[in-house]
Amino acid sequence: MQIDAIFLHIGVVLIKKSEMNALCKTLCDFWDSSIGKKLIVAVTGVMLVGFLIAHMAGNLLIFQGRESLNDYAYFLHHFLHGMGIWLFRVGLIVAFVLHIVATVSLTRQNRAARSEKYAHEATSRASLSSRYMIWSGLTVIAFVIFHLLHFTVRIDPDLASMKDPMDPSRHDAYGMVIAGFQNPVVVLFYIISISFLCSHLSHGIASIFQTLGFNSKKTRDPFHKLGLVISVVLWLGFLSIPFLALFDLIGDGEKDAPVPMEASVNTELLFRC
Amino acid sequence: MASNGTLNPAIPEGPLADKWTNYKNKSKLINPANKRKFNIIVVGSGLAGGSAAATLSELGFQVKCFCYQDSPRRAHSIAAQGGINAAKNYQNDGDSVWRLFYDTIKGGDFRSREANVHRLAEVSTNIIDQCVAQGVPFAREYGGLLANRSFGGAQVSRTFYAAGQTGQQLLIGCYQALEKEIHKGGVEMHSRTEMLDLVVVDDEAKGIVVRDLTTGEVSSHAADVVILATGGYGNVFYLSTNAMGCNVMAAFRAHKKGAYFANPCYTQIHPTCIPVSGDYQSKLTLMSESLRNDGRIWVPKSKETAEKIRKGELQGNDVPEEDRDYYLERKYPSFGNLAPRDISSRSAKEACDEGRGVASTGLGVFLDFRDAIDRLGEDTIRSRYGNLFQMYEKISGDNPYEQPMKIYPAVHYTMGGLWVDYNLMSNLKGLHVLGEANFSDHGANRLGASALMQGLADGYFVIPATLPNYLASVDPGKITTDAPEFKTAEAEANARIEKLMSINGTKPVDVFHREVGLLVWDECGMARSKEGLEAAIAKIPEIRKDFWENVRIPGKADGLNMELEKAGRVADFIDFAELMCHDALDREESCGGHFRVEHQFTADDEAVKSGFTGDGEAKRRDEEYCYVSAWESNGPGKKPTLHKEELVFESVELSVRSYK
Amino acid sequence: MNLTLKVWRQEGPSESGHIKTHEAEGIPEEASFLEMLDIVNERIIIDGGEPILFDHDCREGICGSCSLTINGVPHSKDTGITTCQVHMRRYRDGDTIWIEPFRARAFPILKDLVVDRSAFDRIIASGGYISVRTGAAPDANATPVEFEDATDSFNSAACIGCGACVAACKNASAMLFVGAKANHLNLLPQGAPEKDQRTLAMVRTMDGEGFGNCTNQYECEAVCPKEISSDVIAKLNRDYAAASAREAVD
Repeated sequence: MQIDAIFLHIGVVLIKKSEMNALCKTLCDFWDSSIGKKLIVAVTGVMLVGFLIAHMAGNLLIFQGRESLNDYAYFLHHFLHGMGIWLFRVGLIVAFVLHIVATVSLTRQNRAARSEKYAHEATSRASLSSRYMIWSGLTVIAFVIFHLLHFTVRIDPDLASMKDPMDPSRHDAYGMVIAGFQNPVVVLFYIISISFLCSHLSHGIASIFQTLGFNSKKTRDPFHKLGLVISVVLWLGFLSIPFLALFDLIGDGEKDAPVPMEASVNTELLFRC
Repeated sequence: MASNGTLNPAIPEGPLADKWTNYKNKSKLINPANKRKFNIIVVGSGLAGGSAAATLSELGFQVKCFCYQDSPRRAHSIAAQGGINAAKNYQNDGDSVWRLFYDTIKGGDFRSREANVHRLAEVSTNIIDQCVAQGVPFAREYGGLLANRSFGGAQVSRTFYAAGQTGQQLLIGCYQALEKEIHKGGVEMHSRTEMLDLVVVDDEAKGIVVRDLTTGEVSSHAADVVILATGGYGNVFYLSTNAMGCNVMAAFRAHKKGAYFANPCYTQIHPTCIPVSGDYQSKLTLMSESLRNDGRIWVPKSKETAEKIRKGELQGNDVPEEDRDYYLERKYPSFGNLAPRDISSRSAKEACDEGRGVASTGLGVFLDFRDAIDRLGEDTIRSRYGNLFQMYEKISGDNPYEQPMKIYPAVHYTMGGLWVDYNLMSNLKGLHVLGEANFSDHGANRLGASALMQGLADGYFVIPATLPNYLASVDPGKITTDAPEFKTAEAEANARIEKLMSINGTKPVDVFHREVGLLVWDECGMARSKEGLEAAIAKIPEIRKDFWENVRIPGKADGLNMELEKAGRVADFIDFAELMCHDALDREESCGGHFRVEHQFTADDEAVKSGFTGDGEAKRRDEEYCYVSAWESNGPGKKPTLHKEELVFESVELSVRSYK
Repeated sequence: MNLTLKVWRQEGPSESGHIKTHEAEGIPEEASFLEMLDIVNERIIIDGGEPILFDHDCREGICGSCSLTINGVPHSKDTGITTCQVHMRRYRDGDTIWIEPFRARAFPILKDLVVDRSAFDRIIASGGYISVRTGAAPDANATPVEFEDATDSFNSAACIGCGACVAACKNASAMLFVGAKANHLNLLPQGAPEKDQRTLAMVRTMDGEGFGNCTNQYECEAVCPKEISSDVIAKLNRDYAAASAREAVD
């Protein structure tokens, strides 16, 4: 059974199949249709891009020093009495899953639609990024898993146990980031992954405008450029940290001797994945 | 109907302007509940067939529509560029139904039927309403209302257009209406299906035999009435502006089964086409006549200069002014390069016959924009004709901004067709013929922008009103494909296919098509003579014999086999060419698209002396030839029998055309 | 000029096809691409072989019949033209040319280069029209159409239904075709009453026919012989979203 079919079944069961009304039928038709799925991809794409921009902006607080970043991490963890972060996480997970399920389903349909390939294949206009969206997307999934294990679940006990030297009651996000990027292999992996992500975005962001129907003769070019600009900014913003951390251009030297504290469950970065 | 050699056109009583209204008032009606009992076959899905099928289905009849193309949207109506006439008088420039009627009659050189033409002019306005409601995107003015232009020398702006794609847009509108009815179940569409024969039961057309072009299966379809809307026969000339698949098969099969073929010699030659470049050439491309507004047509004065140009030793632009012969401007000082299509075409032929042609084959004249570019600037010319120049450059490889274009006339439209009465019914009862496939509205020459008008008039408005008159006398569904006539026709069709497949000769079908095409182009083309036509009539049986002995059709009959399709069509073209030559030979006059060299004005004629017309102009002979020639088939190789429909002009006076 | 043709040959819809090499010798450079194939075919027939089948009719770029993918690009790499308008002077002596059918699951191959594009007809039948009975139309000038809309609608209506958009799309999507028809009719006041119904019906039929989905790569636009802009796809997306929303609520 296809992933989307399972997904659809869950949805239908939730609304009680026996009482499937016209609204439900419309929703199912919407999900079943090519444009409906694409609209879902676009809307979830907007959410994910929004998240990325916010995530990058938050990350860049690292350049203001330990206090700023750790304050920010603390705030995220505690606003709305700690409920805020969970609202975000749930929203994000739903968007992320929908985005993946829909695109995987669309890709399968697309492959099936061109059952026999051209013996002599040629491309007139499609960008390289656009042609490997599914692969850049799948790379991003792998990266997200690694990133969550790295900074959220923190399977490395050294990172998990870091405490803010100025306020030992809270986790030292700052120190963790600097310490986390000391391994060149890890940094290389981040560079490759973020590059794939930004390749994904360079086509994805412009596509959002087309799929949501905002493109016209006048707006198409600016939207396309906007997509490129956002992708490049995100690439620079995200990768500046591991790169600078690796070459000791940020941080205060403490990273070589992290302050060991008791391990505490701290997941303030989860929402940013 | 055919008694004593004359035909009854069934024209309604009353004054010309009231005939159609009176007819409709008295016309029989079919009870709505009974309509679905009637089965109608429509062959062809262009403007005439598509609109008829859609409209009849809307009315509640059960329709089966057939076309040889893979989709009804590809019918050749799609290629019409210029526009569609309608007597809307939106421009307030004095147009009226009467004027459109009169222009059409006069343009047809007084060889069409008054009542039909008046009806055409009347319904022309409804066509525009209908098409606009369907979403046909006609050109509009900034205020949002419809734009018009003057076309083909008309003195009023009555032509509606959609850039250079009027035919396309009208056909798509009609196709969409047809698809709507297909979806509703009123029309059963058979694409990639070719009609092989008409089935006549008790002297009435009751069905057809078809071949499914994909599977090769031959089958029969019975109906209460058969409508043919299968277009013209221009491809008899091999090279024409028609689509490659256009053919005369359906009409000619009906002719062989007893339907009279009217005025086959009336063919229209369009003066501004891109010349032939070699033997391999498969078709000719038309360029809009509007080019003649600014282009000047000429050939070198001397044969020697022309020879050098043909060999590529000299370019058109190298020829000095004094060595150029702007022959249209010289012969027709007041109309010049805008002389009517037939005159312009014939003059080009004459120049080339004198050895002054400029294309590599010797068949081409210059259409020169040098002076227009000097006068108006290249940008203006580009804005007016940019797309046409581009098309020319793509095909010819020459840049018309730098060197004069080369043009030559090509067959473009055929006015003749199956004979029909006012009901659009053939002499064979139950067989109705619409659009270019019939003969009735354009006489000996068709005006620009009126082919689309006629196709849609016939399909949308005429046939839905006239068909019930016949259907009222029919017991619906009485005839089925179980009738022995169907079995016979099907067996004959299969036998013909088997025969074609079994010849296994040495020459591909195109060889014969080229041969017969060239023959009729030479002898029954722009200028015809008794000797030439007799020679052609003598030659055609040889081609036929050669064809049936030496044609080679590869592959099998039980699947897609385009050579087999072509062979069937070419076999009919060969027979049809004979009919066309007989008609041209019989018509001892020159009129419209039919020019007999024996019948032209000479210096001795009073009209020439008075300066009204010129030496060498077409001479009509109204006393003897004011009739429609409707030919009855006697089988291939046998002279057909002529039946005449006398043309009676009650409302217009016959006059001589003059373009001096 | 002499050319080597790598042509897709396939006996029938259920048979499997293969690329076959044909030599095209002595081709005049004035010939059109299809005339080049005519010449090759005439020789094949004389030699006792089966000619290369391909769809064609008007040979002037308007009927939409011709459907060859030439060196991987539908209607060749020249822009704004159909296969029948391609001329041999665009090629050089000694060139190898790959000729394949328009490939898509929704366009099954009938034989050689001939494909069945009736899926397009079914899309139109499901909603690509304005319902108006013959004779029921108001005066043509009773409904003015804004000049911009009329122009935009006309540009979309230029579609000839050739299917090159599908053939070029990496996903064999028919969005440019459907978008063009939807935009042609949805923009006009005459087409407004059926707008939602038309949009939903055409998209659903399109999906049902097995076309792929648009991934906004604009290959379709690059090969469209009538140069229809992919903006029509953006509009179709918008119209579809609005129509779905209204359908859900109403």
